[in-house]
Amino acid sequence: MDQQAHASITPAAHPARRIIPIASRGVAAAAADGACGARSSKPGLPDSVWERVKDHPCYSADAHHYFARMHVAVAPACNIQCNYCNRKYDCSNESRPGVVSEKLTPEFAARKVLAVAAKIPQLAVVGIAGPGDALANAEKTFRTLELIRAQAPDMKLCLSTNGLALLEHVARIKQLNVDHVTVTINMIDPDIGARIYRWIAFEHKRWTGREAARILSERQLAGLEALVAAGVLVKVNSVLIPGVNDEHLVEVNAAVKQRGAFLHNIMPLISDPAHGTHFGLLGQRGPTPQELNSLQDRCEGDMQIMRHCRQCRADAVGMLDEDRGSEFTSEKIKTTAKTTVKTTVETTGEMSAPAYDMQARHAYRAWVENERADEQAARARELTRITASAATEKHLLAVATKGGGRINQHFGHAGEFQIYEVSPLGAKLVGSRKIANYCQGGYEDEEAMPSILDALQGCAAVLVAKIGHCPREELERAGIEAVQDYAHEYIEASALAWYQRRLQRLRGAQACAAA
Amino acid sequence: MAYMIDTTQCTACSACQIECPNKAIIERKGLFSIKPEKCTECIGYFDKPQCVVVCPVDDTIFIDVSQPRYAAAA
Repeated sequence: MDQQAHASITPAAHPARRIIPIASRGVAAAAADGACGARSSKPGLPDSVWERVKDHPCYSADAHHYFARMHVAVAPACNIQCNYCNRKYDCSNESRPGVVSEKLTPEFAARKVLAVAAKIPQLAVVGIAGPGDALANAEKTFRTLELIRAQAPDMKLCLSTNGLALLEHVARIKQLNVDHVTVTINMIDPDIGARIYRWIAFEHKRWTGREAARILSERQLAGLEALVAAGVLVKVNSVLIPGVNDEHLVEVNAAVKQRGAFLHNIMPLISDPAHGTHFGLLGQRGPTPQELNSLQDRCEGDMQIMRHCRQCRADAVGMLDEDRGSEFTSEKIKTTAKTTVKTTVETTGEMSAPAYDMQARHAYRAWVENERADEQAARARELTRITASAATEKHLLAVATKGGGRINQHFGHAGEFQIYEVSPLGAKLVGSRKIANYCQGGYEDEEAMPSILDALQGCAAVLVAKIGHCPREELERAGIEAVQDYAHEYIEASALAWYQRRLQRLRGAQACAAA
Repeated sequence: MAYMIDTTQCTACSACQIECPNKAIIERKGLFSIKPEKCTECIGYFDKPQCVVVCPVDDTIFIDVSQPRYAAAA
């Protein structure tokens, strides 16, 4: 097993698990860039690993403000049946794994990648996530990766799998230079597994119950070890199912950490009877944001926890919670190839793909590096002020953002809030919460407010670019401060500035009361 | 000699096509079907018919009673 991945992740900060400082540096410096989970420069990851993930929007919480990913739905077959999945249910308003509107052939997938890259220079990653299992369609999956590799040489390639068929494909994965693989591991205890998996197809037979779970777990862990040994970065996804594997995931976390996974993504179960999944029909609920956060906090430590997973569709295209899939349907791609785009389009008289514009991509990355440097400086400034104050309180803040790491979204247009925990150690992304839009075509949607208040539970304030008078009052009545003062500023620096301001206000109030 | 696919239930995931040892499963206009003359019900290959083993939707692939059952040549 490859030990290098753990070389500099010494648990020097035990039992203060939240921060992952690099032991040899000073506390303040480490706190400044280590404070936020999987964010900013080298947050507790060895340099070699950080270099490989810093621009991946799923693997790096910082990168997800700047870079986009797309999934190509070339893998419809699956070799297992999980109780949280129903492949028959596809609604374009639905955004969850296993759902796609169109399946693609490998050739068309490669064309789609070029079409998207032409329009979105922020595109950094192409992944095969489904709609079934990438490795249950090995031929299609590898053919797709080959084609993309040939036509978009700087693109990061990613794939996702349940791990059952993983072991036999590790060599090919390595050979194709796939940068990252995600394995979904929900259990290491077959009795718990029997409640999660209805059946698996293995060695030409269908297995059920405890035996199925045992085989699956064995194969998943063996596959994980083989990937790590081959130097492939592995993220582990786990679905948190309250009452089934919630406590157990702490053990899963230890087991995958020990085998060299570099990131653990604990996601909430999505469960609705309308989806027709086994869990949905049983009435099995998903976790509350607090339950999810609390488990993530417990698992954090030597191993990074991913906090911003969007649980997106297997054909998703875009950044954060936007899904631009509808701009890139096969119909549109066929027509775009015939018209002139910004980049040169070769017309051979039949459908051809737009040229891959490396220059635009490099220019974008240069801009991102500038932004990152700027943002870090702003954040460091705010942080030194707070550290000087010797405060200890922690607050949760909700942020409305369109991307770029700035508070640049109107309250009414937000489809989700990013939740940051702010304390003297810094501002850290701890999750995101989806909501119904408050603004519906210029009119307020009164009914959206209760669900928004629900999503903002526990938050002291919500930072937005702008907010209307009425919603601001409603929020204030619920004890949540609506803050527009940091419109278009960097998120973390603003969170810290807000914290500083609140401290001053509280201390001012205390001083008055004491007088 | 054949299994058949209930296309009203089929999700067109192609898992059956991938597994069939006889290459008996074809797709036309998004619909999957099993060619009865090629299907051996996996007799001679596996203990269980593979298409049924991998199909994600219950009761979607089953014996086509309008066809004679497969009998291996003597």
